[in-house]
Amino acid sequence: MIAHSIFFYTFSIIAIISAIMVTVSKNTVHSVFFLILDFISISCLFIMIGAEFLGMIMLIVYVGAVAVLFLFVVMMLNVAQQKNKWFASEASSKHIPVGLIISTIIFVELIIVIGGWKYKPDLFDINNSLELAKVSNTHSLGQILYTDYIHIFQISGMILLVAMIGAIVLTFRKRVGVKTQSYIKQISRERSDGVSVLNVSSNKGVKIDD
Amino acid sequence: MEYLSILFDQIYKILFLLVPVLVSVAMVVWLDRRVWAFVQKRQGPNVVGPFGLLQTIADALKYIFKEIIIPSSSNKVIFILAPIVTMTLALIAWAVIPFSATQVLADINVGILYLFAVSSLGVYGIIMGGWASNSKYPFLGAIRSAAQMVSYEVSIGVIIINVLLCVGSLNLNDIVIAQQNLWFVIPLFPMFVIFFISALAETNRPPFDLPEAEAELVAGYQTEYSGMMYAMFWLGEYANILLMCAMGAILFLGGWLSPLEIYPFTLVPGPVWLVLKILLLFLLFALVKAIVPRYRYDQLMKLGWKVFLPLSLIWVVLTASYLFYFNLLPVN
Repeated sequence: MIAHSIFFYTFSIIAIISAIMVTVSKNTVHSVFFLILDFISISCLFIMIGAEFLGMIMLIVYVGAVAVLFLFVVMMLNVAQQKNKWFASEASSKHIPVGLIISTIIFVELIIVIGGWKYKPDLFDINNSLELAKVSNTHSLGQILYTDYIHIFQISGMILLVAMIGAIVLTFRKRVGVKTQSYIKQISRERSDGVSVLNVSSNKGVKIDD
Repeated sequence: MEYLSILFDQIYKILFLLVPVLVSVAMVVWLDRRVWAFVQKRQGPNVVGPFGLLQTIADALKYIFKEIIIPSSSNKVIFILAPIVTMTLALIAWAVIPFSATQVLADINVGILYLFAVSSLGVYGIIMGGWASNSKYPFLGAIRSAAQMVSYEVSIGVIIINVLLCVGSLNLNDIVIAQQNLWFVIPLFPMFVIFFISALAETNRPPFDLPEAEAELVAGYQTEYSGMMYAMFWLGEYANILLMCAMGAILFLGGWLSPLEIYPFTLVPGPVWLVLKILLLFLLFALVKAIVPRYRYDQLMKLGWKVFLPLSLIWVVLTASYLFYFNLLPVN
């Protein structure tokens, strides 16, 4: 048990400190790196409570894909300087009340969720979970996700798909005059398409560009 | 005291895994250069030691004694962290590779997911190195490689789903045992080909070595690195290649299983078979490097997203419906 609690406190302290550093650090790229550290330590916590599938998915999805895109955007836009300017300007004080309201709402919601668990034990069906403990984590998740919650699962998938298509539609511009490569055109091109033999009379020449 | 004994036991096991991996990385660099040379009708490294086998060790020694130069305008902490991250990630993934039914450091339930997660983290070493160098060529190389690795990971993930549909477990040993009668390379051959090509792209090997294309980007993300830090990038890259070969061997070539379950083959222990299969895949990696010219970057992205991803998705549907209609789904 001692080793277990040592690991737990190590990971949770790292998670909390890096979460604070995300908001505090001046360099935006550093913030993203701290966010990644936060994700990793939280997935370690997931693994420690026995939810190894969730922990690995957290690593693959958040660290392996989402955070890479964050880094991409932050590095390409070079927001490091903008952020500093923004903090120094007058405009930042206007946003503080909005941020406070949002964070209070999230905090209250978290308290309600945790309170619900604490005082209404049948929300979390203990007998059922014991039964599931015999099969592996992945199996039990799949059995719940694809039977009881299949519609919610499918609908959330559809929402993600719609969001993806929407993003593509919003950013897609058809530009004219752009040279694109067509493999079929290239491969199906033959000698007769490109070369023609002309009888050029002397001192007259030939027009080639029409 | 009990904790200490567990700790020492584990450290002993880890060393017994890591030292052979590091030695074989050194040998494999030599093999790579030799194969490359033979294809081009050269000799390759053949001076240091028997057949030049100690060439890599000589190179590594040279790197150790060279000065480490840290550019003054770089972000020093991240600059130093980048090669460490690459090397560490390339080595920790070996923890779940099963060398036989019992010889595995961590026999975890989600072994294949762990492998996939660690290989998807590999992009960070490159991005960190490229960004922290604070120079144009490394940054371009880092951005190229991040885009490339993220896109090819998607198709590798879908290919893994194909295999998992046939196995019904995420445990690597279960995946190997499921191939006792038939290696997955036979029913899933197109997926094996796509996996191999995606592995080439994922490890930034030629013909997909755009992140370090010498002709365009000097050396890509490792331009500013020198001495031991460069050597760590380089060794980490080869350890990653070996890891992808091991992944291919486990997913498609039956891992530590012998090709035929008859007398002379069963005498050879499992780890030997796994190593032979890894070497076979590595030989293919080395040959591809020697005989295929480099891709253009837009064609590389097109190949990943417009060819491999749809193909592997279609194959998932095919595999799933085949298993469903012939009642072969592995349900327990």
